[in-house]
Amino acid sequence: MSSEPNIRAFNRYGVWAIYRFEMARFLRTAGQSILTPVLTTSLYFVVFGSAIGGRMAEVDGVPYGAFIVPGMIMLTILGESISNGSFGIYFPKFTGTIYELLSAPISPVETVLGYVGAAATKSVILGLIILATSTFFVDLHILHPVAMVAFLVLTAATFSLLGFITGIWARSFEQLSFIPMLVVTPLTFLGGAFYSIDILPGIWRTLTLFNPIVYIISAFRWCFYGTSDVGIEVSMLMTATFFIAGLAAVSWIFKTGYRLKN
Amino acid sequence: MSPIISISNVSKTYASGLQALKRIDLEINKGEIFALLGPNGAGKSTLINIVCGIVTPSTGTVVADGHDIMKDYRQARFKIGLVPQELATDAFETVETSVRLSRGLFGRRTDPNQIEKVLRSLTLWERRGDKIMTLSGGMKRRVMIAKALAHEPTILFLDEPTAGVDVELRRDMWNLVRELRAQGVTIILTTHYIEEAEEMADRVGVIHKGELILVENKSALMHKLGKKQLTLQLQEPLKALPSELSEWKLELKGDGYVLEYTYDGKAERTGIPSLLRRMTDIGILFKDLNTHQSSLEDIFVSLVSERQ
Repeated sequence: MSSEPNIRAFNRYGVWAIYRFEMARFLRTAGQSILTPVLTTSLYFVVFGSAIGGRMAEVDGVPYGAFIVPGMIMLTILGESISNGSFGIYFPKFTGTIYELLSAPISPVETVLGYVGAAATKSVILGLIILATSTFFVDLHILHPVAMVAFLVLTAATFSLLGFITGIWARSFEQLSFIPMLVVTPLTFLGGAFYSIDILPGIWRTLTLFNPIVYIISAFRWCFYGTSDVGIEVSMLMTATFFIAGLAAVSWIFKTGYRLKN
Repeated sequence: MSPIISISNVSKTYASGLQALKRIDLEINKGEIFALLGPNGAGKSTLINIVCGIVTPSTGTVVADGHDIMKDYRQARFKIGLVPQELATDAFETVETSVRLSRGLFGRRTDPNQIEKVLRSLTLWERRGDKIMTLSGGMKRRVMIAKALAHEPTILFLDEPTAGVDVELRRDMWNLVRELRAQGVTIILTTHYIEEAEEMADRVGVIHKGELILVENKSALMHKLGKKQLTLQLQEPLKALPSELSEWKLELKGDGYVLEYTYDGKAERTGIPSLLRRMTDIGILFKDLNTHQSSLEDIFVSLVSERQ
């Protein structure tokens, strides 16, 4: 028997093992993982950028084709983060291999780091691929690149965490796709991904402000063009709050064993 | 021998109200093979799952290799490997990827040599690059054992290791368990086959309806459980047992048509040939016979009724 590693403080091998395992699955299907968003982005550009965008004026001083890039990236980031985050933990529940995770010397925080870290990494990679694809269609100037990357990572982590919670909550594959399909996608479309919420009539604009995704897309667009529908500080604060609420939910889940343990 | 696992006052009532375990106290000695014997639904898996951290006990404490499984769960779980009853595998992953994940999860650095050693010991080395879903049921079970051993645990739980397993694999499994014991690993296995407990265990615990009704050395238990019965269907009914047969433990049943002889199945001399000879000598003829070993169910019934 080899000597005992010190796992009393932090099980780094455990985190790395989950991360590596999850990333391997992504890389194994890299072809389709990458092809899908590239194709979708190109289609959006053809439809919104060229077909419709050509007839539209600039929005906030930005050509329409370029205006939709941040929203489009976010559309993918939010959807992919949730589905990656939820699938990673739902699948072991579905196949029964979750027993291993539950009996391993690994804490909730470490588990989340492994799964959510991998899910967020995949989303960020896809986000960057979409960004690269969009440069084939429009001229892009990113005003605040560091903030853009930081925000991309924060958003991916937040929604991967939300996905992780969905994966623990879900009892079926239908429930698994419920949140991304019926909540996140509509909210993203209504969250100003393809328009500025300023063009909405009064009451609709007010209602839109209750949609958390408005703040995310708005802040992300600010990173590109320096203009936003709502204050950048408010956006950052909202996203960070969202992330912390997610962490609190996860720690509650592991403490009570909700839908994991008897 | 010092205990490596101490289970004190552990009970479990599920949210559904089902009381799966009633105040279990049990000590497992270091280096032994302990068999937990009981029918389905007796609470065997619940007990194992509590020690491994999958089920939270309602009351009681468990100390594994000096570490409380709740307060010091990392150190406790690091010592433990679990092979659950259900076949659950990462179907789309390769054998090697899956085993490597297990080693990491349990806090060990990736070590290709160790992974190779485990895979070879389970004759999985040649199949290491295959997706688990392409393997047979027996091979999948080996993968689950490899996963449990990947982090070099000192305590191994095998929950029904040979349920639905072919004879060859069962032999292999038994050999593997012996090898592990020789390396100093303590093994706790559950089974509802008496023969398995008999073949493998140093000590046996019998669990019934959530209660540990007996813990004994195997040899003592096997003696207790080793009773067999010979049933003879007679051609002509007997009114009473003839005095010539008084030296055998006989009972007359079925309106005098059935003669039942209870004997020790483990004894060198069962007394059957001499009984049959004596019967022929005194002219008692039979048309059919069968022998029957007390089933686990019978034993439970007798153990439980003894307690009441």
